[in-house]
Amino acid sequence: MMNAFYSKWLGGKRGAIELAVLAAFIFIVMPLWLDIFRLNMVGKYLTYAFAAVGLVMVWGYGGILSLGQGIFFGIGGYCMAMFLKLEASDLASTARQTTPGIPDFMDWNQVTSLPLIWEPFHSLTFTLIAILVLPSVVAYVIGVAMFKRRVGGVYFSIITQAIAAILTILVVGQQGMTGGINGITDLKTLHGWNINTNSAKYILYYLNGALLIGAIVLCKFVLSSKLGRLLLAMRDKEDRVRFSGYDVANFKIFTFSLGAVISAIGGAMFTLQVGFMSPSIIGIVPSIEMVIFAAIGGRMSLVGAVYGTLLVNYGKTAFSESFPSLWLFLMGALFIGVVMVFPNGLAGLYDTYLKGRLEKVMAKLRERGPLRKLSPVKAGVQK
Amino acid sequence: MDGYSLTDLWSILVMQGFSGLSLFSVLLLMALGLAIIFGQMGVINMAHGEFMTIGAYTIYLCSKITEQYFPALMPYYFVIAIFAAFAIAFAIGYLVEFSLIRHLYKRPLDTLLATWGLSLIMQQIFRSTFGAREVSATLPDWLMGSWKPTPDIDIPLNGLFVMGISIIVTIAVVLFLYRTSWGLKVRATTQNRVMAGAVGINTKKVDRITFAVGCGIAGIAGASFTTIASTGPTSGSLYIVDTFLVVVFGGASSVVGTVLSAFSIAQAQSILTFFMTEAMGKVVTLMAIIVILMLRPEGLFTSKVRR
Repeated sequence: MMNAFYSKWLGGKRGAIELAVLAAFIFIVMPLWLDIFRLNMVGKYLTYAFAAVGLVMVWGYGGILSLGQGIFFGIGGYCMAMFLKLEASDLASTARQTTPGIPDFMDWNQVTSLPLIWEPFHSLTFTLIAILVLPSVVAYVIGVAMFKRRVGGVYFSIITQAIAAILTILVVGQQGMTGGINGITDLKTLHGWNINTNSAKYILYYLNGALLIGAIVLCKFVLSSKLGRLLLAMRDKEDRVRFSGYDVANFKIFTFSLGAVISAIGGAMFTLQVGFMSPSIIGIVPSIEMVIFAAIGGRMSLVGAVYGTLLVNYGKTAFSESFPSLWLFLMGALFIGVVMVFPNGLAGLYDTYLKGRLEKVMAKLRERGPLRKLSPVKAGVQK
Repeated sequence: MDGYSLTDLWSILVMQGFSGLSLFSVLLLMALGLAIIFGQMGVINMAHGEFMTIGAYTIYLCSKITEQYFPALMPYYFVIAIFAAFAIAFAIGYLVEFSLIRHLYKRPLDTLLATWGLSLIMQQIFRSTFGAREVSATLPDWLMGSWKPTPDIDIPLNGLFVMGISIIVTIAVVLFLYRTSWGLKVRATTQNRVMAGAVGINTKKVDRITFAVGCGIAGIAGASFTTIASTGPTSGSLYIVDTFLVVVFGGASSVVGTVLSAFSIAQAQSILTFFMTEAMGKVVTLMAIIVILMLRPEGLFTSKVRR
């Protein structure tokens, strides 16, 4: 049982070490090193890492480039934001509005009663279920429509991008329903628990990290199962898998939906940690940036996606604070560089340059291991 | 629709239909270039919008230079500037193909990412050179004003002009593809690259010129864009999603399909915009296209090419 867990869920010795390093980095190094403001920011980046991890599954292993990962991130984020907003707009705090008890932006837009879609989001259970179910349903519908008809490759990318565009226009256009371009802001409590205090931010950060690692472990399990091997086979020679009697479309739909759900969890955590949700996080540009996170990390590396996300976002924050015009050049160069020069991203660089050396060092340490017990004596003799 | 009399509705239809035609003209020019690049070569050029912006800025520069140094030539500069827009976009497209695209022909998804990066860099270059604010070219007088066939209907001249350009370019593209030996080589390369190479066609050269011509046409799209709107660093990128949908909807390698799909998308968008908000008009149009594409993924017109 333990062995199966070790090899299947963690991915053997190397996988376990990778995960342990990542966990130590997220849970110990970051909180000790950074103050709560910066840590909250890292937490925000880590929510994008969910989308990047989803993309590693969908794009790296499934071979389907989704340019609409922001759609699902947004669905998760908006579901959570709707619940929090309803809780923040109770009768007492909205008493000054024309219609008390509805979110403030609705009041500003002359909406006089809560829209029907918002009603069920009074319930936390419903919200949590919606965060998981809604994106998988949307991804399933898109997936069935596209993959069953063998639409793939660039067509799929273009259509998912168009869907992301539509969703953004829709959210921006329906101000009374969605908060428009400003999004849903002023979120205060989760089931009576204030999410804006420092302690809450710490707890949310750790929860976020744990969920992220959970998502990676889940993906590793999927990849180590038969499905994972089929995915790889499909990516390399789809027809051959089809002729062997497998329904290729179903596997693609499953992977796409899995990636969608993982992104949606990230979106929900984004809302909780950052305290708002807006269409600027779900449109075309953020969606394609999520692809670059995964690409920089290494499109085949689940753990790499997390580092890639952190690195790109750190660069973005650092550069856009001091040299805003330089950042777009750098971002553009990253896109070009990652396909032209190092297509396997950070993970690829690690494999080619660092891994061999690390293994040598490890081997040396192992050789020296038994000697070290003798060394005090030797040292004494030499002195 | 109550509250409008029949004549009102007719005028609305004509005028909205006409403003749809201006949109159609720009979309068509953009899509033609993209259809050549995507349909013929299978390359996803996400920086296509930026080539349009190059064309638009070229017109702006030409207008400024003419105004400054040769004010007497003001009425005529626009015609020459269109050729300049084509030439500059062509040259930059040629360079881009040489330095970037040709390494990525076998990896279409990677081309998509690389050209997206290229578009970011180009946008920033525009911003650093021309500033973040939108600029507009000084148009010759004969492009201003409007034509009024009846008192209720008001058709701007620049719209007519833009339409003229796109009709001419479309005809030129069709002639180029189907009546010249170069077009024959392009089509041969599309259908079977290896075989085309075997009969002595320099497929690499064909690719380079094809890509550059596609970019050049985007430059002309930019030229017509300046007559109906002002140019900013991100003007082109606003059109890229629509343009891709036009190309995919029309059936990637069919010129007729591209024309028809650009027409229907632009008209639907512009007429719906009048009755709903602008955003909703666009959402409904794009949604309809996606639903149709899900039912008929190969687009309206397909060319019979074996894969």
